[in-house]
Amino acid sequence: MNNVAVPKTFSELFIYKFKRNVMAVAGAVVVFILFVVAAFAPVIAPYDPSEINTKIILLAPSIDHLCGTDDLGRDVFSRMVFGSRISLTVGFVAVGIATLIGVFIGAVSGYFGGWVDSALMRFVDLMLTIPSFFLILAVIAFMEPSIYNIMIVIGVTGWMSVARLVRAEFLALKERDFVTSAKALGATNSVIIIRHILPNAMSPVLVSATLGVAGAILTESSLSFLGIGVQPPTPSWGNILTLGKDNIEYAWWLSVYPGMAILVTVLGYNLLGEGVRDALDPRIVIHSELE
Amino acid sequence: MNAYVIRRLLLMIPMMIGVTLISFTIIHLAPGEPMAQQTDLNPNASPESLKRLRELYHLDKPLYVQYYIWVKKIVVLDFGDSFSIDARPVLDKIAERIPITLTLNALSLIIVLVVSIPIGVYSAIRPYSLFDKIATFFVFFGFSMPTFWLALLLMLFFGVWLEWLPISGIESYNHDSLSPVGRFIDYTEHLLMPALVAGLTSLAGLSRFTRQNMLEVIRQDYVVTARAKGLNENVVVYKHCLKNAMLPVVTILALSIPGLIGGSVIFETIYAIPGMGQLFFQSVMSRDYPLIMGILVIGSFLTLLANLLADIAYAFVDPRIAYE
Repeated sequence: MNNVAVPKTFSELFIYKFKRNVMAVAGAVVVFILFVVAAFAPVIAPYDPSEINTKIILLAPSIDHLCGTDDLGRDVFSRMVFGSRISLTVGFVAVGIATLIGVFIGAVSGYFGGWVDSALMRFVDLMLTIPSFFLILAVIAFMEPSIYNIMIVIGVTGWMSVARLVRAEFLALKERDFVTSAKALGATNSVIIIRHILPNAMSPVLVSATLGVAGAILTESSLSFLGIGVQPPTPSWGNILTLGKDNIEYAWWLSVYPGMAILVTVLGYNLLGEGVRDALDPRIVIHSELE
Repeated sequence: MNAYVIRRLLLMIPMMIGVTLISFTIIHLAPGEPMAQQTDLNPNASPESLKRLRELYHLDKPLYVQYYIWVKKIVVLDFGDSFSIDARPVLDKIAERIPITLTLNALSLIIVLVVSIPIGVYSAIRPYSLFDKIATFFVFFGFSMPTFWLALLLMLFFGVWLEWLPISGIESYNHDSLSPVGRFIDYTEHLLMPALVAGLTSLAGLSRFTRQNMLEVIRQDYVVTARAKGLNENVVVYKHCLKNAMLPVVTILALSIPGLIGGSVIFETIYAIPGMGQLFFQSVMSRDYPLIMGILVIGSFLTLLANLLADIAYAFVDPRIAYE
């Protein structure tokens, strides 16, 4: 082990540990491929995803139609390729919203403490008491079902764990010497929070955001599957599966392929998130070193 | 202990007030006219009748007045009448659905416990072994699996292709003519797939959790002592480690309750099971305010109750914890 270049800096160590985690690398590759597919969807998709052709309704998978066709004769593979854009957008925007709210509430709560902290944390407890899928469903159903509303609702109902996480980090960090010295130099509260403490609290937020994307994609596809998410003709993996359920006795391919896409994508984000967490955790020593 | 339970029960009151406030505000601020369901499809409905309907349900009053009227009734467990055609009391509608959802969730919790704890224990005894690696991979699989897709796949496989299990409902058409044993088998066949599907995410979570706890416990000094004095490995693992590693499981189980209740919407809709989840989905789709609010409040109440029971149970199984 001694003649191998030993990683010194934080990022070197991070990359060193991450690269040795096969599952994490696999997750990163999946996520990367998903980005490429979403970015080049028009090039990759062999057909127009919304082109209706009544002559080729519910065709089984073949060389021409890799994942078969749906009940309107649209190419399922092309629809899945374009559906990746929905998953990606919803995942990122929803988690972005949740992270912004969570970081704000967590930071304020942890930094100021006292009654502000108590009030905000009781509010978090309350939000966690209402079964979250119930809450999402209740709100979504009253609004026009659209991709924007879904992103907002998933974000607005998903910030609580981030808030708790950030609060815990702030509670520990605000007692540290660098914060005291910033205060002594006359820095305002907002400067201390944003410039001094927040950057040091970002690692767990990053991990939770990565895992959050996985959760948001799952929620979006469930809602679309129930018919109150992304509306046809816009293709989403969830709403193709709705067709799969309607045609379950005739067209297995409508039920099988889009679900695989969801599973692999979510798995990718989960593996990536866990990999980042392990690589950031100084307590975790790479297993191969122990043997 | 009694004082603790009483204090916790009293604490539930402000929590429930908060829950009602949040859900009431969200539902009523969301755009959409609940009465539209009753007037849009009826060509004879005049603007006046819409106005009368709104007055009847107090929808014309300011939000805080509506909330006050609603909460005043809730205190005496009057959740109002459903907006749907049958106009039955909300509480009756929920009461006939709850047993089905609770039975289903109880079944899946049993499956979860029976499967996940052995997996977690074996993984922890031999960390990084082949079994552990496979188990870890399956845990990630379970976390990442879209529940509704698994439901669809099982339906396709066991229902459509193999024709082993029925794909919807909780009883067959000829259920009433079956013998008691036949009825039991009929129920089991119908509930097997939904219970499996409902438990999958918790199953993955709990086996991971058990593994981590076991790994913590196995490192403890008293386990080293137990081994050093020559105790049988099985005794060490199952008597000394497992008991202690299982303590936090009580809490985790309680924490999974809101997820299970919320998740019931998906699989009850897919499998056409007449439980609370399906009722909630229907009420939401028809903008049935009283029913939506009723289910939100009762769902949250069940969650709070589960948390309380978990904390009490914790005190019973762990003698180190004393609530004063």
